[in-house]
Amino acid sequence: MTVSRREFMKANAIVAAASVAGVSIPAEASNVITGEDLTRLSWNKAPCRFCGTGCSVNVATLDGKVVATHGDIQSPVNKGLNCVKGYFLSKIMYGKDRLQTPLLRKRDGKYHKEGDFTPVSWDEAFDIMAEKFKAALKTKGPTSIGMFGSGQWTVLEGYAAVKLMKAGFRSNNIEPNARHCMASAVGGFMRTFGIDEPMGCYDDIEATDAFVLWGSNMSEMHPILWTRVTDRRLSASHVKVAVLSTYRHRCYDLADMDMIFTPQTDLAILNFIANYIIKTDRVNHDFVNKHTNFRRGDADIGYGLRDEHPLQQAAANPNSGGSKPMSFDEFAEFVSDYDEDYVSKLSGVSVEKLRALAELYADPDRKVVSFWTMGVNQHTRGVWCNNLIYNIHLLTGKIATPGNSPFSLTGQPSACGTAREVGTFSHRLPADMVVANEKHRKIAEKIWRLPEGTIVGKPGFHAVLHNRKLKDGDINAYWVQCNNNMQAAANINEEAYPGYRNPDNFIVVSDPYPTVTAQAADLVLPTAMWVEKEGVYGNAERRTQSWYQMIEPPGESRSDMWQVIEFSKRFTTDEIWPEELLAKSPELRGKTLYEVLFTNGHANRYPLSDTSPDHSNNESEYFGYYVQKSLFEEYAEFGRGKAHDLAPYDVYHQTRGLRWPVVDGKETLWRFKEGSDPYAKPGSDWDFYGKPDGRAIIFALPYEPAAESPDEEYDLWLCTGRVLEHWHSGSMTRRVPELQRAVPNALVFMHPDDARSRGLRRGDDVKIISRRGEIRTRVETRGRNRPPEGLVFVPWFDASRLINKVTLDATDPLSKQTDYKKCAVKIEKA
Amino acid sequence: MKRITRLTALLLLPLIVATAFSDEIATMRDGVAIDETAAPAPIPRVVNEDIKAQRSYPMQPPLIPHTTRDYELNLQVNKCMSCHGRRHTEDSQAPMISVTHYMDRDGNFLAEVSPRRYFCDQCHVTQTTTREVYENEFVDMDQLLEERAAAGSDD
Repeated sequence: MTVSRREFMKANAIVAAASVAGVSIPAEASNVITGEDLTRLSWNKAPCRFCGTGCSVNVATLDGKVVATHGDIQSPVNKGLNCVKGYFLSKIMYGKDRLQTPLLRKRDGKYHKEGDFTPVSWDEAFDIMAEKFKAALKTKGPTSIGMFGSGQWTVLEGYAAVKLMKAGFRSNNIEPNARHCMASAVGGFMRTFGIDEPMGCYDDIEATDAFVLWGSNMSEMHPILWTRVTDRRLSASHVKVAVLSTYRHRCYDLADMDMIFTPQTDLAILNFIANYIIKTDRVNHDFVNKHTNFRRGDADIGYGLRDEHPLQQAAANPNSGGSKPMSFDEFAEFVSDYDEDYVSKLSGVSVEKLRALAELYADPDRKVVSFWTMGVNQHTRGVWCNNLIYNIHLLTGKIATPGNSPFSLTGQPSACGTAREVGTFSHRLPADMVVANEKHRKIAEKIWRLPEGTIVGKPGFHAVLHNRKLKDGDINAYWVQCNNNMQAAANINEEAYPGYRNPDNFIVVSDPYPTVTAQAADLVLPTAMWVEKEGVYGNAERRTQSWYQMIEPPGESRSDMWQVIEFSKRFTTDEIWPEELLAKSPELRGKTLYEVLFTNGHANRYPLSDTSPDHSNNESEYFGYYVQKSLFEEYAEFGRGKAHDLAPYDVYHQTRGLRWPVVDGKETLWRFKEGSDPYAKPGSDWDFYGKPDGRAIIFALPYEPAAESPDEEYDLWLCTGRVLEHWHSGSMTRRVPELQRAVPNALVFMHPDDARSRGLRRGDDVKIISRRGEIRTRVETRGRNRPPEGLVFVPWFDASRLINKVTLDATDPLSKQTDYKKCAVKIEKA
Repeated sequence: MKRITRLTALLLLPLIVATAFSDEIATMRDGVAIDETAAPAPIPRVVNEDIKAQRSYPMQPPLIPHTTRDYELNLQVNKCMSCHGRRHTEDSQAPMISVTHYMDRDGNFLAEVSPRRYFCDQCHVTQTTTREVYENEFVDMDQLLEERAAAGSDD
């Protein structure tokens, strides 16, 4: 449509002139509607649906629809700001292709693996699903079923799923996609401190003198935290920003110190810094002597590939997280190999830059915050890398005080809250407990009102193993909720896709949209999202936040929580529990898992009347009790009194979240420090109480090469990641036209000389080829990411260009987290 | 005379609607099986018409209606502010940054743009002419208001 500016003005002027002249015009002719009863919007708070920052968002509804969203002024996290994704949250529910009914692959009116997706009722969906899960449980037992959830599940959904899987089905094969994201961070915390999640908080940003980014592109991936870093850097001129990565990205626009290092050599740089601190005599000996131990970790631990893989066979200590005590002098000797000449040559970072970086940590008068995310976690030595960052903060005592903070950023909105705190991993239980520990299992069984021996002590399969076990036919019934793993998992060509399409397997995918994963499924369940349900998320600074249901989900969509609880009605204990367990608890014999797990008198103890009178709560109305509050209060029993204290549920609806442990109504900003953490013993000064002796561990761990490096044929490093405008696989943000038009496709970012030497120009159609698969996309040589020669970057949000056909499923042998940042590829003109 | 070719005209471009194939439901694969690879569309042009697009709601950050190629935005330079800063808008006739952009975290007005708003591209983005746009049924609050007003006047 084209109108001239003059015509447009003229049309509007008629109305304006009439009102100026005092001419009475009929109400419907006015150009502005002003009646308060007409224009008042209903505003409610909700945490953002996207990253782990945990911004609070104000959500406006009108006539049952979300019509606007903006940054919550009252939230200490974002103080009124959102990033561009957050500002467009209003539109993520309204993609035209929202799933409306369950879809089952059928042929000739019956389920068929190769059938066409056909709308079915929830009853029919759950009938076939229960049949397949029961068949697997009966034939091969609990290890033949699996569930793959998410750090985007609400805390309550994750908790309900853990109960159903670990207690009901007695299978530990439940994993979150947070295994791809935060497992190495968890491993690092548990190994160094014995307790998960950051000691500091976002208040460190305004208190520090220096920021060091270790392989984290915060400006795009944690944009609102980046506004706080930018605010601090530009407001206080003495503050320095150091950025380390394997390619230049937007964070370098704020960098005082910019470094590009060869992939994997971050391990050596961190050891160099420890060496520099010792050699320049800046160790905080008082702190180190009182609060730390030194240990030498096992080396040469393999690459988390299949056991028969040559790299795995070659490892001296495959998968070993073992360590032995050592002295400070022995540690000093160990890191002395990492001198500036060796590390400069290995990493490609100049000696001058290495020294300046180390000085930020060594200078006793400078407070320093280290930030890291996927560059460190998605790393075949990810746990080590986390350990090595803690080393340099511990050697200098720069930890757990305002502005001194090794801060592991989180990827997903509730990777902390749901995946880690609830423990939706194959080896974990709530509040940092593990299934392998008998005492921990007993605590869980007591809270869940279950007989001893219900929970199985052997950890289940981890996420990457899920796809391998599906391919091998060892897992046969599988439920995916709240993630898009056919797009997100590494090496989908060789593992995930053949696994999902294995004729022996029945795959269920719950999602709001028809994703790539839904496409690979046999049954697709339409799912309510975000403010279509009540929920709780936990962000990277231990802040727990809740929200109310604000709108109705479309069609037959139901929340993940409803699906899990409703599905539990389909099973009775005597169908799936062994006789010896039934004999221990005759009162549970013949009961449904719904009765045993979700309506046992304890797990449903808050009545429907406790729900908000101003909001719908579909799950509670359906099941007849306040589901979210009941589950939350039961879940909170795990952590209260054990340094994971949560406030009463209702408090979270009244506040902009609280940082745990919440003791006597007060949140905790800095853990492990006497005075700010109520769990730090009096007189301790610092108390790393996650370890029995209150001491954190400084680890001696070497540099070891990547699982796959460029060679003559596959001559480029491939690094993958996200972009600012899209969340993860793009299933929500690509359906927002403004975000999709901003960044429509995943391009391959490469150095102009690398393009030229292959006869390529910007915009050329190319193949990116690895030993595992290939994709086609277009060359970008002048975009926001500027890789050095020898490395290319491809984002993974684009369902039409699935870069994870190309990536390698090598994992950290300790955390089992995939390294999405390093594999070898070649690029050819298509 | 400058002509208003409204950005919303872009909406008239063919939209990709959920495919009706019952065996291929993944809208964003456009009928291409997971184990197949399609030819990639060319890199689309960045919209550079300098015509303001209507906001979806008042709080939405305005889209950038021009290219920002080679714009410097770093510790030394903020190219955006050389047109959109208060002192430059008379010459540039570009919209001044919102008054909210002068406020610090605590809501105090500063003399210049708040450092927390320094990197404009965290909220403001350009648009391309891509045809790969998926239909969205978000309803503008104005439409709901009109429906309400109409319903009210029927009484």
